[in-house]
Amino acid sequence: MLEKILLLLSLSFSVAEELCKPGVGEAYKVRFSIKTALGDQAYPWNKNEMFLFRAALAFAMRDYTNGEEFGVSDVHPCNETPRVSFWFVVTRPNNTELVDKGTVEMAIKKSRNRINGAFLLTDQTLEFDGIYPTLAAPVSPDTPPWLIVFGVVMGAVSVGIIALLVYPLVQRKLKKNMDADDEDSDEETGVKTAENGANDGIYNSTFSDDERFTQM
Amino acid sequence: MRLVLPNPGLDLRIPNYEDLEKMEKEDGDRPKWDNKVQYILTCVGFCVGIGNVWRFPYLCQTHGGGAFLIPYIILLVLEGMPLLLLEFGIGQRLRKGSVGVWRAINPYLTGVGIASMLVSLLIGLYYNTLIAWIMWYLFNSFQGPLPWTQCPLNDNRTGFISECQQSSTVDYYFYRVTLNASASITDSGGLQWPIVICLLAAWTVICICYIRGISTSGKAVYVTALLPYVVLAIFLIRGLTLKGAMNGVKYLFTPDVDELMNPTTWLDAGAQVFYAFSLAWGGLISFSSYNPVHNNCMQDAVMLTITTGLTSIYAATVTYTVIGFRATDKYDTCISENIRMLLNGFELPEDSITASNYNAALHHLNSSNPDTVFGLDIKTCDMQKLLSEGVEGTGLAFIVFTEAITKMPGSPAWSVLFFIMLLCLGLSTLFGNIEGVVVPLKDLNLFPKKWPQEALTGVTCLVSFIICLLFAQQSGLYWVTLFDNFAGSIPLLTIGLTEMIAVVYIYGIDRFNEDIKFMIGKKPCIFWQISLRFTSPLILLVILVFYLVTQTQQELTYLVWDPDYDEFPTLASVPYPSWINVVIFVLAGIPSLVVPVYALCRLFFVRCKKKMKPEKDINQI
Repeated sequence: MLEKILLLLSLSFSVAEELCKPGVGEAYKVRFSIKTALGDQAYPWNKNEMFLFRAALAFAMRDYTNGEEFGVSDVHPCNETPRVSFWFVVTRPNNTELVDKGTVEMAIKKSRNRINGAFLLTDQTLEFDGIYPTLAAPVSPDTPPWLIVFGVVMGAVSVGIIALLVYPLVQRKLKKNMDADDEDSDEETGVKTAENGANDGIYNSTFSDDERFTQM
Repeated sequence: MRLVLPNPGLDLRIPNYEDLEKMEKEDGDRPKWDNKVQYILTCVGFCVGIGNVWRFPYLCQTHGGGAFLIPYIILLVLEGMPLLLLEFGIGQRLRKGSVGVWRAINPYLTGVGIASMLVSLLIGLYYNTLIAWIMWYLFNSFQGPLPWTQCPLNDNRTGFISECQQSSTVDYYFYRVTLNASASITDSGGLQWPIVICLLAAWTVICICYIRGISTSGKAVYVTALLPYVVLAIFLIRGLTLKGAMNGVKYLFTPDVDELMNPTTWLDAGAQVFYAFSLAWGGLISFSSYNPVHNNCMQDAVMLTITTGLTSIYAATVTYTVIGFRATDKYDTCISENIRMLLNGFELPEDSITASNYNAALHHLNSSNPDTVFGLDIKTCDMQKLLSEGVEGTGLAFIVFTEAITKMPGSPAWSVLFFIMLLCLGLSTLFGNIEGVVVPLKDLNLFPKKWPQEALTGVTCLVSFIICLLFAQQSGLYWVTLFDNFAGSIPLLTIGLTEMIAVVYIYGIDRFNEDIKFMIGKKPCIFWQISLRFTSPLILLVILVFYLVTQTQQELTYLVWDPDYDEFPTLASVPYPSWINVVIFVLAGIPSLVVPVYALCRLFFVRCKKKMKPEKDINQI
């Protein structure tokens, strides 16, 4: 009886070990970069962390398959290295049938954030070889900001141009009105004083020698 | 030296000293500077341009670092300063823009003024396109994260677009998003609407700044000439506190005295001095003509020379702190990436290889397992190569600098500052440029006399904008490079040389000395005499001859952005199509040939007139 139990146990062990073969079949490689992610706050990798990984993966399988009762014993790791990387396979609950790669991949993709969170890592520091993280789309606002800035600049410049063009016209109009008022007041008093420019000559370029420069 | 060519009627064409004193006292209708500061700032702004930020540092570093300063300063003093005095003096004395001045000296020389105008126009066209690109980046800097930090995703969202993946986010943003560059200059594609809009903005800004001539641009120049210095100071402080900045500065200034033996070094230094001072554009002559008659133009020439030289060195230092930072960052990333690959490949614990023992570890692993190491495809990280990457021209501003800025904390603010600085540098140069186009057009009576200054500026800007749409096409980048290489090199040297010969030997150096004595109270000393008569024209002639020789010997090729190229993302070197020779002739040949052609035409015209006149007299009898 005892021998039979021992035989069964060793058989199941060896079966499990044979199930997980690196690079073959349904095995996935996973790599942890704890020191890169956490620096001084890095925790050491040990059996407890491995247990957490198996539990997290079992949770992912349960979540994806909607209730199939995967347990910690259904995740079989092997070939652990000092890098903290290892291969693993997943078997169906209560038997040794391997779950195919596709299903495992979908399960991991669905619960990626939860698995990352359990280890305080990110998509880049907890890598599953062959499963690429879906990238977040670049943020693009509805109105491109450059259009807003362009609008502001063009608005300011247009207002400036219109102001510069209209201002002298307005000034000239005001001056004409003032001159008309002055002339009225002059005619009333009846005195004409020739004040403007009597003493200093104004250089009137109309009479300057344009012909000084010879034409072609 | 009594060598002066016969020049009859010169006294009739130019105002004499009494006229000048009279004009000084009266309020003419010629524009005037509000104060001396405006004039100095305008000239400084004109001379200090984008080239000081993106051309001088590159030349400095490739031609022996600190040793390059020796030929640069020597040629600054021997070549640049005399030409400056010449343009300032002649403008202030004859009180006319570039066409008017040469026409006054001798009507046959009007071609020099026309050539200046054409060159200013061609340069202004592509220069404003650069401003448009700078504006595009400026407008896009008001968001965080900056748009050139991210690649767009591909269709099934598993990775980035391959063009972006293979090159880099900044390359992709410049060549694809901004320019949408086609693969050759013949493939013009359609108009790039963002660039059209930015061109519109650029020409409108110039229009408003110059709308009343120097009365508006003189006010704008307070901002555009001073702001770059402030921003450079801010960047200097920021740059010096970045990691790896001193690597860049050391790389820049490490002298390599052997480079001084290389004639190309002296050639490039001479060309850089010439272009840095914006000589032969006609703008400086115009600006000086608005000065009071007794303004000390000799002092101005010396001051401007010193300012430009110091600004070049200042800008080069700032630029290289940022380049050093970027190179160090890339180097660190390269090393980390290699370490990661080694750790993963050999399944070693994370801390076993660090940056400090990387070389030893690599060597050890390579000797024990060379095949595995080879299979990992480790890249060699070369700091010197990273420091020398793409650090000239548009590559510096839009690729290297934008990448460096994304790595600084608070990047949108730095990006805004940087592009505002480039914008101001470009605008202040463009003021001189547009002065060199509008005033000659007025002097040549191509505009009706009744039109106010506003209309002249408006029409010039509108026509230039329409021509600039050439650069808004998908092949626009290649056209800009073409213009940069050909419109701004040979014609300027030819005009500069002609100017010197005209003033010294046709106007007469003795007369010029008397003018300077009248204006500032003393004759130019022996240094000016020798350099104006011999040294400067000789240097210009040597540079011109060398340029012609090297240009004609070179095969005409240009660099294209071609995603299908084997060695993408390196730019592919492609030969120009044959019809480009016509374009090059228009750009470089026509402005240079206008000088002799105009003189010949006038000769014919005068001879024909003379022949007709005796016939008329006979008929009257």
